[in-house]
This record gives sequence, C-alpha cells and structure tokens, in this order.
Amino acid sequence: MQRVFPFFVEAASVTIEITVLALILGLAAASLAAAAKMSRSAILRTIGTLYVSLFRGTPCLIQLFVLYFGGPQIGINLEPFTAGVIGLGLNIGAYMAESIRGALVAVDRGQTEAARTIGFSRFQTLRKVVLPQAARLMIRPLGVNTVALLKGSALVSTISVVELTYTAQRFIGSTYKPFEIFGVAALLYMIMVYAVARVVDLLDKRFAII
Amino acid sequence: MQGLAFTVVAPYWDLLLIGAWWTAVLTVSAGALSFVGGILFAVIVLYAPNIVAYPVRACMWVFMGTPLLLQLFLIYFGLVQIGIDIPALAAGIVGLGLHFAVYNADIIRAGIVAVDVGQTEGARSIGFGKWQTLRHVVIPQAIRNTAPPIGGNLIALLKESSIVSVIGIAELVHSAQLAISETFRPFEFYITAAALYYILNLVLEAALRLFERHVEASR
Repeated sequence: MQRVFPFFVEAASVTIEITVLALILGLAAASLAAAAKMSRSAILRTIGTLYVSLFRGTPCLIQLFVLYFGGPQIGINLEPFTAGVIGLGLNIGAYMAESIRGALVAVDRGQTEAARTIGFSRFQTLRKVVLPQAARLMIRPLGVNTVALLKGSALVSTISVVELTYTAQRFIGSTYKPFEIFGVAALLYMIMVYAVARVVDLLDKRFAII
Repeated sequence: MQGLAFTVVAPYWDLLLIGAWWTAVLTVSAGALSFVGGILFAVIVLYAPNIVAYPVRACMWVFMGTPLLLQLFLIYFGLVQIGIDIPALAAGIVGLGLHFAVYNADIIRAGIVAVDVGQTEGARSIGFGKWQTLRHVVIPQAIRNTAPPIGGNLIALLKESSIVSVIGIAELVHSAQLAISETFRPFEFYITAAALYYILNLVLEAALRLFERHVEASR
C-alpha cells in the first residue's frame, strides 16, 4: 500500500485539475446559456433551451463517448484529457445554467420593476440590482453541481484519462486487492468532496444577508 | 475523416432496442430498490438506536461522497475478494439502487421531519402504536410531499445507469459498443444511443408528471 500511495496522490491531483478546468468551462457555458434562455431573441432562447435540454437529457458518459470516440469522424481529434475537460464542462454547464437561471428568477420582480422605474437600463438593472441579490442564492446550487462534477469526473477514466479511478483500476490489475485499492481511492474522493463542501459553506456564510 | 452515414445504424436497430429495454428494466428495478431503501435508511437514521444509526449514517456518507463508478467497482470486483461473488446484473442493480437510496433517504428524512407533529399526536391519541403511526400516518404523508425530488432522482438514475456498462451489463451503451466493434462507427451509434436515452427520459418525465397529478388529486 505504501508503495502505491504516491501514485494515488498524483492521480488525485489530476482529478482536481480536470475538475477545476471543467468547472471554469462549465460556469462560462452556464452563464451564456442562462443569458440566452432569458434573452429577448427567440433564436437565442431556442439555442439555450436546446443546449440545456440535450445535455441534461442524455448521460454524461455518452456525451464523453461521442466527443472522444465519435469526434475523429467529424474531424475533431482530442487528447483524452482535453476531451474529458470539454465533455464534463459542457455537461455540468447545462445543470449550472439551471442553477443560475433559478437564482435570477427567484429575485423578486419588484426589484427589477423599481430599478427600471428609476431609469436603470436592462443591463444596469441586471448588473447592479438583480445579480448581487441572485449571487448568494446561486452559491448552494452551484456548490451541489460542483460536488456532482467532482464525483462525475471519475467517468473520464473510461476514455483513458489517468486520474484517480483509472489509477485505482490499474493497480488492481497488479495487486489483486480491489477492496483496499478502491477503499483508498474512495477515501481520497471523500476528502476532496468534504473540502468542496466546506468551501461552499464558507462562501454561503460570507455572503449571507444576516 | 470519413463521411457520416446514419444508415449503418439500421441493421443494428434491434440490438439497440434490446439495450434500451434493459436500460428501462435496470432503471425500474434499481429505482424500486432505491425507493424502498430510501425509506428504510431514513427511518433508521431517525428512529433506530445510535448503535445502528451511526454505522448506517457513516455508510450513507461514503455513498454520497464517492463516485458511483467506484462504488460499482467496489461491489463487483471488491466483494469477490471477501468471497461474495455476485453476477454483474445484480451488482449493477444493487450499486445503482443503494447509491440513489442514500439520496432518497436524505429527502425522505427531511419529509418525515416536516410532517406536522399534530399528525403523530392525533394518531397516538386514537391508540395507534409508534410503528403504526409511522407506517400509516407519517410516512405516507412524507412520501407524498417529497414525490417531486424523488422523481428527479429516478430521472438521474436513468442516465447514471449508463455507467453499469463498464462492468459488462448488456444495456444500451453496451449494445452501442457491440455495434461499434463491428462497424467502427462510434459517432453514429453513440448519437443514436443518446437519442434513445433522450426519448426514455421524456417518457419517464411524462410518467412522473402523470403520477404527481394523481398524487395531488388524491389529497
């Protein structure tokens, strides 16, 4: 066990790396999708709705497979790591779009009406009135999405990204001790999930109204 | 780069439909397990003596904090090591079922706590035992109030069931992989599989909506 532990720490850092990159991509995609779904243009609304519906309506595993195995057929050749980041990011982006939209919708309509009445433009209203209030409502749901992303990142082991789950599988081949190996991997995941949950708690407290 | 031709899917259509059928079977059986298990875990966490409740809570914590993929590996490959050899299909159903039972338990627990205390007092004062009160008064109301999020978990389960293909269960993803190994056309087959999942998803959502309306009407 001591012999394989350094490999596990290394692999866990790949899991963190892929999660952080996918999180950044996901937040960007989610913001665009939420904006598109709430825009005045019917075309943008349709695009936003389609994106969210298709990526939430099909398994993440299939999305990764289409991108990584199917991509070369339409001229997209990606390294496993890149495909993993893009696949996970676009998938979680669809869920996060709903978290963001939900928070924006939850801000009382009167706030928007009042801001518009005193002469704020649509953008100013969003920027100075709605977003600051919606931001704190987003923290919890986006935190839940991030934990799901972290755990979901295990899926990229199926497209041979050498992260925590992949490494665990590989060591089972050489040690024949699945219980211990998967146990250590599970422990590392739990530590990471706990860390994310703590950060979300802290942010939630920091931005609480009272 | 080769051109795309979805006509390659046609000869494998039956294979894909059989896969979709097994995905539906997996979803329903693991879903049933996750529902019953969810109620059981919720009741244990709330009412069992600490010596039982704490270990159960610890297990729930492990299930919530680790990836489903890892749990499936642990159940399928790990249990063999300690002498429990279960077939892949059973491992898949148990893994999916337990994973979502834990999420359901969290929701149902909150639902039980939210049932008005007057309901319990009322039931007790007309002579119901503790268990009877729980069984006939509190839990039915808790389930009814938490039906939407439990339905949401079932939809998540449908999609997550794709993961059990890695331990060799012949469901939709597995069917697609089989077809791809003969045709070398991953794009067409995975897109088709995605479309089938999307349709299954729509059907399940429609069924849940009907069910929720039925529950609403029975109030």
